[in-house]
Amino acid sequence: MAMHAAEIEALIKAAIPDAEVEIVALVDDGDHYRATVTSASFAGKPRVAQHKLVYEALGGRMGGELHALQLSTAVPN
Amino acid sequence: MADTNERISKIVNENDVVLFMKGTPLFPQCGFSNRATAILDHCNVAFESFDVLQDMEIRQGIKEFSDWPTIPQLYVKGEFVGGSDIMMEMYEAGELQQLLAEKGVAAAS
Repeated sequence: MAMHAAEIEALIKAAIPDAEVEIVALVDDGDHYRATVTSASFAGKPRVAQHKLVYEALGGRMGGELHALQLSTAVPN
Repeated sequence: MADTNERISKIVNENDVVLFMKGTPLFPQCGFSNRATAILDHCNVAFESFDVLQDMEIRQGIKEFSDWPTIPQLYVKGEFVGGSDIMMEMYEAGELQQLLAEKGVAAAS
């Protein structure tokens, strides 16, 4: 099961509306991506909580149909 | 399930630093697990590893135990630290080394 980068971005933005999402395909197989998500809603939250917000946005696909999403989160400057 | 949680509790409480991973540090079976062991090696810290591929109950159970969907997962002194992305972010910021020093865990021999 593969996912398109646009689909991943749409799911994240639906759950975190102010998010800036940058997705890079690491391998062109629809299964290996690197995502950088920047949102003011991450402010003051530990990294684990920030990543969990993104995983929640992906609604259980992480670790399932989406195996390899290298994730980094940030708060806008 | 209760048994699995008890087993996981025991593993994370009996080992100062434990990495739940796919494969072993010498033969990691996944790029993310490989990255996690490399980071710990760079931190020069003694750690235990648990190969979830050898134990389906733990493989599923650890995801629920930590409320975290992926493996590898790092625990330090019984506390969930994160997966390989967070380990890398923390390592690059010097925070992982700081956490390990603060928790007073042993160096790799």
